[in-house]
Amino acid sequence: MAATLSPRLLPSGDSAITVEFSRNIDDAANQRVLALDRALQEAPIQGVTETVPTYRSLLVHYDPCQIDFVTLGEKLRAAAGRPVSSEAKTRRWRFPVAYGGENGIDLEDVAKTLGTTAEDVVRRHAAGQYRVAMIGFTPGWSYLSGLEKFLHMPRRHDPRLLTPPGTVAIGGVQTGIQCLAGPSGWHLLGRTPVRTYQLHRDPTFLLEPGDHVTLFAIDAKTFAEQDRAAEAGEIIAELIAA
Amino acid sequence: MSRLIVASIGPASSVQDGGRHGAQRYGLTPSGAMDRLALAAANCLVGNALLAAAIEIGPFGAAFTARDGAVRVGLAGAPRSADIAGRAVVIDTSMTIADGETLTLGFARGAANGGTKAAAFSYLAIEGGIAGEAVFGSLAVNARAGLGSPYPRPLQAGDEFHVKAASGAAEWRIELPAAVSGPIRVVLGPQDDEFSDAFKTLFLDSEWKISATSDRMGYRLEGPVIRHLHGHNIVSDGTVDGSIQVPGNGAPIVLMPDRGTSGGYPKIATVITADFGRFAQIPAGTGFRFKAVSMTEAQAETRKFAELLRSLPDRLRGIESFDLNIEALHGANVAGSAVSAVDAETWHATPADVLTLD
Repeated sequence: MAATLSPRLLPSGDSAITVEFSRNIDDAANQRVLALDRALQEAPIQGVTETVPTYRSLLVHYDPCQIDFVTLGEKLRAAAGRPVSSEAKTRRWRFPVAYGGENGIDLEDVAKTLGTTAEDVVRRHAAGQYRVAMIGFTPGWSYLSGLEKFLHMPRRHDPRLLTPPGTVAIGGVQTGIQCLAGPSGWHLLGRTPVRTYQLHRDPTFLLEPGDHVTLFAIDAKTFAEQDRAAEAGEIIAELIAA
Repeated sequence: MSRLIVASIGPASSVQDGGRHGAQRYGLTPSGAMDRLALAAANCLVGNALLAAAIEIGPFGAAFTARDGAVRVGLAGAPRSADIAGRAVVIDTSMTIADGETLTLGFARGAANGGTKAAAFSYLAIEGGIAGEAVFGSLAVNARAGLGSPYPRPLQAGDEFHVKAASGAAEWRIELPAAVSGPIRVVLGPQDDEFSDAFKTLFLDSEWKISATSDRMGYRLEGPVIRHLHGHNIVSDGTVDGSIQVPGNGAPIVLMPDRGTSGGYPKIATVITADFGRFAQIPAGTGFRFKAVSMTEAQAETRKFAELLRSLPDRLRGIESFDLNIEALHGANVAGSAVSAVDAETWHATPADVLTLD
């Protein structure tokens, strides 16, 4: 079982270590990544400057003038081997999503490819219990684990150079919320007015790796209204439990 | 208060500093100077904090005019012609631009005639620093995230900086160690086990060139095709400056300060910290090689590099003792201003975004 194995310590140059728990998208591995991340926040190691959780590994940036690879590696292995405390203070969010139409231009095609209706895809996608597995690529781009198998599908052959801010999409076994406009190879199902990243707002970043997220459908008109409110700095997402 | 006005400037020029650290866990890349040593040298010349914000100038020419008073600046990095109102000035020195005068910089000396000193980026530090609103402790431009101050985008003609009036302090030159040549050193990993020994050897034994389609996100490499053992899709994991990832087409991309914080291609090796600036300065089209070193050697070199940065203030020399023939030097710089076509194309190309996306 992956959860009991010692992680691999992979050098990412002379100033970072990748602590790898699995090579695959693996829920147990992601839990261990987030647990180690938490452990390092609670008991910092001198010389560690920044940690970056991903699906399957924790990237630990450090200052080699303060600690060397071997010493840090031993400390990380020890921290990863300690029993995981029960998942402390999980935050649960509800995000509105306007599915289909101009907000989700791939919804009909996805339904066709999966041999079902657009309504069914929306119902299934919005019913998911998701967890923020990692945030990466661009600011606020939140990768959610927990997509039901029926909705797994390969990424597009032809990535789009520009997709809209707030896009909610599926790609491979993942779903995600992208905050900024940018390139994407995923299938676009809808858009959320929620800004997971917004400068000059407190907090600048809404989601933390490990947060739980559920979605609910809204219509295009509501989206437009909430999008304006969000632009003005309002946090549209509901925090149901902290 | 004086003003420094950007009279003209090429692409790939922006305000950069030591970078924006602490928010990679939210997908926010650090950005920051391509060549930290040159940034630090420029700042040191005018008494600023070493990694304070300065103007990073790409391979093209640029001109800056002082208004409402004199402006004192430090210039370091790529060799290129430089003059103030027609009087030649020298790289790696401080200088004062009198009210109404213009500092004019030529093209960076490119691959065509550069030799080991060829480089792409210069740094212009302004005495007293650049005023702006820091986000996560940094003014560095990250155009994609809309960050950077005073302008959250590359610089354009007409932009201006409100700056401290020149102090009138004596000018300095900074004595930097001789330019290092030789291969760019890397530490193998984190995913070198995704490549056969034969392809790792090919990677280390081949001559590479920086492609003309490179930018602050990534430098694409031209050379032999590097094949993966198990395909090119891995589950995204974290990246660092200098991560060398190999996408499906087998052409490696070295991730630069505006990189995505995570990436889904196997990373065969990582450029060591001490060589990153030197790598970033390699002009497009110039041949170079990689060399694998041990972690122990890489970390020893990083410590030496940190020591070099700390030593910069001790490397300042009075300009009076600057015993050289400025005219001859200027002549040499002018010769270097004939930039090669491949340099000129570099900064117009498709962003590396598309090749590095998830």
